[in-house]
Amino acid sequence: MLSSEIKPERLIDDRGLRIDGRRPDELRPIKMEVSVLDKADGSAYIEQGKNKILVAVYGPREAHPRHVALPDRAAIRCRYHMAPFSTEERRSPAPSRRDMELSKVIREAVEPVVLSKYYPRTTIDIFIEVLQSDGGTRSAGITGTSLALADAGVPIRDLVVACAAGKVDGQIVLDLSDAEDKFGEADLPVAIVPSTGSITLIQMDGKLSPEEFDKALSIAVDGCRKIYEMQREALKRKYLAIREAVEEKIDVKEGE
Amino acid sequence: MVALVEKKQLVVPGEQLAEDDYLPGENTYKISGYIYASRVGLVDFSGNKIYVVPLKGAYIPCVDDPVIGKVTDIGMSGWTIDIGAPYPAMLLSSETFGPRQPFARTDLTKVFDVGDLVLARVISFDRTRDPLLTARDPGLGKVSSGRVIHISPVKIPRLIGRKGSMISMLKRETGCQISVGQNGVVLISGRMPFDESLAMSAVKMIEKEAHTHGLTDRIREMIDKAKRSGNVEQ
Repeated sequence: MLSSEIKPERLIDDRGLRIDGRRPDELRPIKMEVSVLDKADGSAYIEQGKNKILVAVYGPREAHPRHVALPDRAAIRCRYHMAPFSTEERRSPAPSRRDMELSKVIREAVEPVVLSKYYPRTTIDIFIEVLQSDGGTRSAGITGTSLALADAGVPIRDLVVACAAGKVDGQIVLDLSDAEDKFGEADLPVAIVPSTGSITLIQMDGKLSPEEFDKALSIAVDGCRKIYEMQREALKRKYLAIREAVEEKIDVKEGE
Repeated sequence: MVALVEKKQLVVPGEQLAEDDYLPGENTYKISGYIYASRVGLVDFSGNKIYVVPLKGAYIPCVDDPVIGKVTDIGMSGWTIDIGAPYPAMLLSSETFGPRQPFARTDLTKVFDVGDLVLARVISFDRTRDPLLTARDPGLGKVSSGRVIHISPVKIPRLIGRKGSMISMLKRETGCQISVGQNGVVLISGRMPFDESLAMSAVKMIEKEAHTHGLTDRIREMIDKAKRSGNVEQ
């Protein structure tokens, strides 16, 4: 088996294509679905390239333990977790330092859009489970989280959407895969609120010049806007399917 | 007055609904000259107010809501009731027809025991204090027979229909007694198991197709068909 531990000679070939055949400003194929879990109040499943992530949202519900409750708004809790089988090497299922950091930054990325003041003394719990990872799980996790929140019927200002950009073989590229993240020069995950254009998460790993940073940020935001359209479509799809099925039935009857 | 969406259009959070010469209603918010949706749902207008009827969401108690809840605990002066909301509800013994001055815990269990279902009404709730219930009105009290189904609380208005059109049609056509809790619990009791099954599948169909047109007619049709064939679909 080809191990991803070995650095490929070049990450971008002569035609300007990346190792998975994408152009520098091209996203990986994305698939989204909401309401995949019956028992959760809201849920979403997202595939972005080889990433497969499941997000469940519970709440607003009674705060347990009691002391986490806030008097003026809902407390939002978030757990990002990678399954032991989600990486090439088995990953310990215990929460690592990285998991805790990502739980925190993802929570802080979605918190600004949640209208939590409507549900004081309650909690909203978010569970992000990475089933298979291939770089950019925090971005895909944020995209999935806002879908699951909307699916749970939690009032939110807008869907938060995230996407990374970075630098690979001296070129600025969009939506880095695991290999590009590992062997590239920089990674810049960005989460935005599209209706206002505000940024709720921005992190950087590696080095970028100010010009490169501006370019990376602008293509990351463009990527986010593309994913945003897919999010909206995914949320509506389920309801429109029922509506269409019903209307079809009526059409058939009228045709009789 | 510029609305960017039509009545009954499906919207998602962050979708622009109208310019701000409309009034922002339920599940919407206003920012820099535009009104946006904050939940997944259907747009509706009332005068110059624009609002979103949600398709999913938790039950938040409202004063005067009839609810059906389960007794989870018995205290000195009343019961704690789970009404499916993020807040536990209290039913005080003074709000029932039970013993007026209970001295022992056993007295309260005679009225409602842990695990009993209770049909009650919300008498107060303001988000800073947990909801209080009453079971003193006629028709309220312990649920002792019938079949219970849980549906999404946001679909309850559709189940009731405009001025109760849907629920009264359902009662008439199936011959069942139906008590609807605003918290999404529906109690059905009929003379025959068939009637109950029929009413149950109708309620489930309303939940699933709440956002479609001509639902009342389709439900009536489904009931007619089931009555003629003698068995319930699904």
